[in-house]
Parts: sequence; C-alpha cells; structure tokens
Amino acid sequence: MSGKLKVHVDQDKCQGHARCKSLAPELFNLDEFGNAHEVGDGTVPDGLEDKAYLAKSNCPEIAIEVTEE
Amino acid sequence: MSDSPTSYLPEHPPVKDWVNDFDHTDPRWTENPFPIWEELRAASPVVHTARFLGCYMPTTYQAVKEIAYDTEHFSSRRVIVRDVRPEITARAPPITSDPPEHKPAKQLLLPPFTPDAMKKLEPRVRAICNELIDEFIADGKCDAAASYTKHIPVRAIAHMLGINEKDSDLFIKWIHEILELGIKDDSAMMRAVQEMTAFFAGHLEQRKKNPSDDLITTLTNAKGPNGQPIDDVHVLGSLRLLLIAGIDTTWSAIGSSLWHLARTPSDRERLIREPELIPTAVEEFLRAYSPVTMAREVMKDTTISGCPVKSNNMVLLSFPAANRDPAMFPDADKVVIDRKENRHAAFGLGIHRCVGSNLARMEMIVAIEEWLKRIPDFRLDPAGKVTWSEGTVRGPRQLPMLFGKAN
Repeated sequence: MSGKLKVHVDQDKCQGHARCKSLAPELFNLDEFGNAHEVGDGTVPDGLEDKAYLAKSNCPEIAIEVTEE
Repeated sequence: MSDSPTSYLPEHPPVKDWVNDFDHTDPRWTENPFPIWEELRAASPVVHTARFLGCYMPTTYQAVKEIAYDTEHFSSRRVIVRDVRPEITARAPPITSDPPEHKPAKQLLLPPFTPDAMKKLEPRVRAICNELIDEFIADGKCDAAASYTKHIPVRAIAHMLGINEKDSDLFIKWIHEILELGIKDDSAMMRAVQEMTAFFAGHLEQRKKNPSDDLITTLTNAKGPNGQPIDDVHVLGSLRLLLIAGIDTTWSAIGSSLWHLARTPSDRERLIREPELIPTAVEEFLRAYSPVTMAREVMKDTTISGCPVKSNNMVLLSFPAANRDPAMFPDADKVVIDRKENRHAAFGLGIHRCVGSNLARMEMIVAIEEWLKRIPDFRLDPAGKVTWSEGTVRGPRQLPMLFGKAN
C-alpha cells in the first residue's frame, strides 16, 4: 500500500502564477501577495492525489514538490 | 498601423532570410508567425538580426527561460524592441526594473491583483460583457474585436484604477501610439507618454485631496520598504504601466480565443456542453495564442543554450514562441482545449511574472462564458477579413463574425 503524499511549495521559486490554487484549491493557499504555500504540513488527503500531481505539473516555475512518505 | 496598407519603410525592407534577418514587424509575421518560428527554431535556439540596432530572438522554451531568469546579463530597462534606442526617460516600475529595485516596486502592485481581489471585480466584468453584447446581438453579426474584446479589459482596468470607463477611446489611442506606432515613430510615442502622464498627474493630485476606494489612491498612499512614501514619478510610471499592460494584452487574448472558437465548432460545442472546461481551455488559448512578447537589453556578453550573445543588443523575448516549442509541449502546434499539463509561459517566467495574470484569466473566462451563453453559434464572416495587430502584442484587431448556424 502506498504511503501518504505531501506537497511543498519552494518559496524562493514561487512567482505567484496561482495555477496550483486554481487546480488544487484544497491543497494550497495564497498569501496577500498572491504567492502560494501548502495547506498545513502539505499532507494530501485521500482522493486528492491526482490534484497534487496536476498542480505540480502545471507550475511554470517548477516550484512544487510531491513526495511520498 | 495594422489598418494602413502594407508599405515597407527603408529600415524595414522585406525579409529575404528569416534565420539571419528576422523582423517581427514584417507583414508576413503579423499575418502568421508560427511557421516562421518553426523555421527559426530549426536553425538555432537563438537567432539574430542587425535590424532594430541589433536584436536576438530565443526560439526555444529553454532559451527563453534562461534569459528570463538571468537578470544579471539581461536588463529590463528597455522592454520594447524599437528602431531607435534613445536615452531612457520614461520608466514604468516594476516592468522596467532590475533587482534590487524590482521586488519592492512589484510588492506594491501584487495585493490588488490576487485571485481573491479578482473575485470582487468579477460581477462588474460580467456586467460589462453583457452590456457590450446587448449593443450588437440584435444585428446578427459584429466585429468582435471592435465591439466586444476591445472594451472589456479597458473598462475593467479603468474601474479598478478609478478613472472614467467612458474615456476608453482615449486610452486605446495611447496604447496604439506606444505599442504599435511607437516602434517606428518616436515622436508619436513621446507625445502619448506625455499625455498619459499629464492625465494621471491630474488624478494623483485629486486623490491626495480626496482619497477614494481605488487603485490610484492605493498607489498614492503606498509606502516603500522603509516606510517612505513612493515618489510621484514612480507612481505615474506604474499607473502608465497598469493602463498599457491591462488593455492591449487581454484584448488580444480574448480575441484570439473567440477567433479560434469561431473556426472550430467542435471546441465551441464542447465548451457549451462542459462550461467547467472553460478555465482549462483558457490556459490552452494562452499557450497557443500568447499575446505578449517582451524584450530585454543585453548588458554583458554571455552564452544562452550554447549560443554567444553579445552586449548592446536587444532580445525579443518571445514567450509565444517558447509556448510553441515541441520539445516542451507535445502537439505544440495543436490547440488541445483539455490539455492537462500546461506550464506555459504566456505570463512570463521568473521575477517579472505578469502582475495582472489573475485579472487577465478572470476577464478571459468571463468574456468567453458570457459570449457562449448568449451567442452559442457563430462563425467568421466569409465576406470580412480578420486583421492582426503589429508588433509585440498579438491579437485580432478586426474580427468580423456572423451569428447563428451556417446555412
């Protein structure tokens, strides 16, 4: 059985394109400047794994990591 | 410029050798740039012309990205490729800013343009779209560029800034003079910049006396990183930028999207059946029909994708060409409205990511949604001609459409 997925936004790379928020709103929040960070510790709830990968593959700055524990 | 008959100026003879002498103001590029980019890309990741006092063009996504990320060798102090390179007088922070000035200048503009801020503006944009459609729907036809797409972004940004939406025609005139005529006619550009500056200076003074709930007031009251007020020259430059950047660009993107849907009934029908697909389709329209090409000035010699790049040249930083690179996008030359992986660069890459990207997306989605709700069947008018803007922002400037099913 596969482990839990986690997402993480590299703050140095994020430029606020907000694709992740659009594609996976449950997993990312934007700050007052429109820059993204993962919700909580980035744990991806069951059923949202596809969204995690979709967000990663649509980030123009390649700022999103998806890791499996 | 796009309305005048084709005539070649002495500095711009017809291109004979695209690979060694490209010219993005050539009518053939204006009409259909995509095969030209393919030819350039096949030759090299970076090509050069002696026109425009010397200018490179990166042709691959990788080369464009390298340049966009390299603010040390490539300055944003000049962001339009022109025939002349006069002393820099009219700055427009943050688009003309390099680090370290860039970040604080950009921070000022980010909060009014977040997706949440756009949610508040959305009802007004939806109303604008419907007001425009009300004007022409009974005619059974329209020029979608002149009657619809042109007006949406200008009214939206005017609304945000707190200036009169009814002055739209004046703003459109300035944009035309700066972005199209101004490439070759320096006095036209200078005049337009002076007029815009005077216009905004009046509003600035007015807001200092009577603050309002609008973007001009926000900028007038903004403070820099050390709590110091932002000087008027900076504020005026940023206001000019917001007006210019907010208009031609999105107008073009909405127009290209409607042009595509007019010619592609299957895509149109699918978006009517599945309106939830519209945001994904908008990303693909942004990729395939990216409206904006930027520029940089080469400050120091360097190498990009193995190609030597020398100082004192400009770079035509073509995000549209990057977005058509087959090394980055499978079926790069096809418009796939449900494309799942689409890390396109239509809004740039790196620190100069377009401040207005959330506004542009919202306008595009709403403009398409409202059009499709009210005019589900439409096609290009075979008796009319589609014309495209010249220069570095690409979109239809005449888009004659007929409504209803074809006979």
